[in-house]
Amino acid sequence: MINSNILSLKNSRRLNTLIIGVFAWTVALLIFFPILWMILTSFKTEIDAFATPPQLFFTPTLENYALINERSDYFHFAWNSVVVSFGSTIIGMLIAVPAAYSMAFFETRRTKSTLLWMLSTKMLPPVGVLVPIYLLFKDFGLLDTRTGLTVIYTLINLPIMVWMAYTYFKEIPKEVLEAARMDGATVAQEIYRVLLPMSKGGLASTVLLSLILSWNEAFWSLNLTASAAAPLTALIASYSSPEGLFWAKLSAVSTLACAPILIFGWISQKQLVRGLSFGAVK
Amino acid sequence: MSNLTIKNLKKSYADTEILKGINLDIKDHEFVVFVGPSGCGKSTLLRTIAGLEEATSGNIYLDEREITDVAPAKRDLAMVFQTYALYPHMTVRKNMSFALELAGTNKSEIETKVNEAARILELQPLLDRKPKELSGGQRQRVAIGRSIVRHPKVFLFDEPLSNLDAALRVQMRLELARLHHDLNATMIYVTHDQIEAMTLADKVVVLNQGHIEQVGTPMELYHRPANQFVAGFMGMPKMSFLPGQIIAGDNSGLQVQLASGSKLEVPVRAEGLTKGSTITLGIRPEHIQVTDQQEGRFKGRLDVTEHLGSDTFCYVQTSAKETLTVRTPGDFSGRFGDTVGLNFDAAHCHLFGSDGRSLERIQSNF
Ligand SMILES: Nc1ncnc2c1ncn2[C@@H]1O[C@H](COP(=O)(O)OP(=O)(O)OP(=O)(O)O)[C@@H](O)[C@H]1O
Ligand SMILES: [Mg+2]
Repeated sequence: MINSNILSLKNSRRLNTLIIGVFAWTVALLIFFPILWMILTSFKTEIDAFATPPQLFFTPTLENYALINERSDYFHFAWNSVVVSFGSTIIGMLIAVPAAYSMAFFETRRTKSTLLWMLSTKMLPPVGVLVPIYLLFKDFGLLDTRTGLTVIYTLINLPIMVWMAYTYFKEIPKEVLEAARMDGATVAQEIYRVLLPMSKGGLASTVLLSLILSWNEAFWSLNLTASAAAPLTALIASYSSPEGLFWAKLSAVSTLACAPILIFGWISQKQLVRGLSFGAVK
Repeated sequence: MSNLTIKNLKKSYADTEILKGINLDIKDHEFVVFVGPSGCGKSTLLRTIAGLEEATSGNIYLDEREITDVAPAKRDLAMVFQTYALYPHMTVRKNMSFALELAGTNKSEIETKVNEAARILELQPLLDRKPKELSGGQRQRVAIGRSIVRHPKVFLFDEPLSNLDAALRVQMRLELARLHHDLNATMIYVTHDQIEAMTLADKVVVLNQGHIEQVGTPMELYHRPANQFVAGFMGMPKMSFLPGQIIAGDNSGLQVQLASGSKLEVPVRAEGLTKGSTITLGIRPEHIQVTDQQEGRFKGRLDVTEHLGSDTFCYVQTSAKETLTVRTPGDFSGRFGDTVGLNFDAAHCHLFGSDGRSLERIQSNF
């Protein structure tokens, strides 16, 4: 009697795992499907790409990629993306870490509202400040420069970076830093030798998120760059309009633009999950 | 040498004054314990001494050098935190050597000092472990080790044993006493455990609501509390307090009448109190005996009795609704509701004026 109870308990648990598994895979496939479709389409001819009903099986071709390679300098755009994403992330971290440190460990009455205010700037539609920023960039000669784009990316990601670093620092007991202070550490040593090693998981996900957000950013890159500093998002856009809709080529260029960050994200997915859930998953 | 002097130290958070003028002298090699009820400012005082909190006003001197505004690291003090506060990403060895490394001590000297501390605290087998691989007691020992490698002038402890279980607490208490003896160091120790205070301290500082109620040796506090607060705070279980009135007085003491009507003569000085003044009489549980109904100075009804094995604590209600706590032997057999007699020697009683101040005893055998 007892035995069969345990057995059925075990069975129902197994069933549960199965249902959750199937559900998770379904959701994952649904979300991943557009990306999969994009990759498939990029290997089709333009004719196949247009076919109705859509074809799942076709003879793959590299002609789209060849054409893109001929028509535009992929590596020029890719390099811009790399420089701007990494540049803004590094500068952002250099500002976000000390800012979050002081907010987390030397909290005042206004710290919470300062943080919320910083975050709320992310809720403003960017287009609302497009004109002033465009004019500023023009005056400072920053239009279509990687410096300009790096500056703007740093600024738009900074609130999130500070917020994330703040949440991770908050998890660290204040006493450990005080112990370091008693042990003779300067502020820099306290941050560098104690705080950073203790929060490296969280900070890594902050870095990742910033890289991804910068890499995928399209609004400012389209509006503030033309060619010299244009990143991959601008490259995709350049394929979308002028000659009507060429699905296969658009898919190919999108695949090329997404590939680096997708691979990057795949490698670091553990950190990313932690980062995006703001420390809720340990 | 390490004498710590605190002069009129005040500390406020926003508009709330937490420390209200602390004056204190701590001598070389002394083991000083801060006790007081929760929230009275013990940790704040310790942290202000450490430099982790800024003093609002007042001065702190370490051997003539004023350290009130000196950075914590430059004060030559070491602190052991209640939560241990070990560096989780460093091994035990690194935890202990961190301060020396920062100070630029050379490698071989660091090695010697860390090994020496590890030997004293029996940490040698654990040197290459990370804090999370240690038990609570071992972590506490590492935290202490981290402070002793630096040979600071003063050690500061904030309730270092309160996260340990009872048995380990006793063991660590003994180790701390031994450590204090071996290192011959000046130590300041915060606790709200009376036994720790009584057993470890050369000098106990009783704090209450941000000011010092009394400073003295454990025995002074026990036998000659300065006021009713200290009398009630020190001692387990608490001293019993009975309201009363002075009915007469002479050179040998004061005649007191209690609410229940019984009279006794307590050998204390009147200090300006006159006939008719209300006073409070204090008597400790260990100074009361349970006797036959007829013989006792008091009659009372037994309320709860607590059997600890070695002792039994009885709570007795008198006819005037006063509650007295009595310590009786472990085999005490009285039961709930029994009527018992209580006896005590008037010489053991304390008297407190209506302002709570203790009246001075005439003969000071105690
Ligand atoms: N950062 C702070 N801001 C405002 N008030 C504080 C702060 N830190 C402590 N306090 C207040 O100061 C008072 C004294 O606190 P403290 O920590 O010194 O008490 P304590 O005697 O150590 O108590 P415990 O025995 O519970 O540890 C408390 O009333 C507390 O609320
Ligand atoms: Mg405290």
